[in-house]
Amino acid sequence: MAEQNIPPPLPRSFGRSLAIQIRVIWALMLREVLTRYGRHNIGLGWLYVEPMMFTIGITILWNGMGLNHGSNLPIMAFALTGYSTILLWRNMPNRVVMAVTSNLALMYHRNVRVIDLFASRLLLEFISVTSSFMFLTVMFCLSGYMDPPEDIVELVGAWMMTAWFGVSLALFLGAIGEKSEVVEKLWHPLAYILFPLSGAAFVADAVPPGTREKLLLIPMVHCTEMIREAFFGSKVVAHYSVSYLLSWNLILTILGLSIERQLSKDVIPE
Amino acid sequence: MISLERIDKIYQTGHGPTQVLTDVNLRVMRGERVAIIGGNGAGKSTLIRIISGIEQPTNGIVDTRMRISWPLAFSGAFQGSLTGIDNVRFISRVYGQDWREALDFVADFSQLGKYLREPLKTYSSGMRARLAFAISMTVEFDCYLLDEVFAVGDARFQARCQDELFGKRGDRAFIIVSHDARFLYDHCNRGCVLRSGVLTHYPSLIEAQEAHDEYMRTGTFKPVEAET
Repeated sequence: MAEQNIPPPLPRSFGRSLAIQIRVIWALMLREVLTRYGRHNIGLGWLYVEPMMFTIGITILWNGMGLNHGSNLPIMAFALTGYSTILLWRNMPNRVVMAVTSNLALMYHRNVRVIDLFASRLLLEFISVTSSFMFLTVMFCLSGYMDPPEDIVELVGAWMMTAWFGVSLALFLGAIGEKSEVVEKLWHPLAYILFPLSGAAFVADAVPPGTREKLLLIPMVHCTEMIREAFFGSKVVAHYSVSYLLSWNLILTILGLSIERQLSKDVIPE
Repeated sequence: MISLERIDKIYQTGHGPTQVLTDVNLRVMRGERVAIIGGNGAGKSTLIRIISGIEQPTNGIVDTRMRISWPLAFSGAFQGSLTGIDNVRFISRVYGQDWREALDFVADFSQLGKYLREPLKTYSSGMRARLAFAISMTVEFDCYLLDEVFAVGDARFQARCQDELFGKRGDRAFIIVSHDARFLYDHCNRGCVLRSGVLTHYPSLIEAQEAHDEYMRTGTFKPVEAET
């Protein structure tokens, strides 16, 4: 075969790859919304309503029982900040673990990679939880059940850090979860146990110092404390360390991405 | 052009590593039509998947310099829980083209009518094949990979598919896996035989087919390596 007939490689550039990736993630997001919520009753509306129902339920429950867990914060605001934070780091791994196994048919298209599946689901989850949190915050403020957050900029920063934590945890669990089904089995009880320990149901300041140090080893506590400080800065003493949370985020992100990279080489489409 | 150099594929299975492809070399130029002949379990589908880029080789280099289709096969590529229309939309979005145009073509070609609004899992295998093939034809490629895609469908539908592929897209490259020797003779101008993961090139399709038949009968083969 004559060597001079070899055609030039297909054009590859960062811009082109980015365009393909955005296109694929968008297609996956639309598909995910359809398969998860369908076109019946409120359809896409469930994206907001689903997390909102959890938060409202918990808020009413805690309000009714007078559980503000050792703080002098208004219960509505306490429950809203605490539970929304939990949703952010708990739902992301839930959506991603076993995502590849259940979507092997999609991997039949070269441009659909594991990272796109993860990205589309995580983005969707972020939009869902964030919009329901925003909506409820505005509603509670307008109806006078709580005061608006004291420091919006800090709130955005804290929320983004928490979202990043959720994403990195999801990447890590999602990637190792494809290698071993044990991960899925362990994650659910772990998430359940972490609920009361995550800082959603207490403020770190109300905990005795010795125990507090131990609780602050749990990265989720830092998330909640940051968000509470942004909300009630003048009323609480928050205990958190941005660099501690950042270390968790970076380590989980790097581990998650490297395992994902290896995983995407081994995926066998349906 | 597609060039495969020294491709190995090893799967990790429950009973240890299994080598499916060993030192496979293949080059397909624009417009060429290559048949890949082999018995069950020879590694044909794995090879097709590696060419399409949906699986990575354990060793070796795949260099693709044209747009290659996904493997047009009996299964895969589509979502059972979604309707026909939603599958069209998804594929159109992934490949970056207008889904309305694609849908018009699919509706016309598949003749599925109102069933396009039903989930794929409710389709019969014939309906599924019609939809799958129609959707495959909405995206243009330079090289089509066919993995026993004509195993289903009635004669009239098969004739329409063949016209769509080999007629309207006669200038494209094809890599075809099939047990149907007649089909391969009609559409290919080169043949390779895959035996237990080893690909052997033959000067002509007839020689490839004869060598394969011989191997199937006796379990031995003459290692005639063509110049590549």
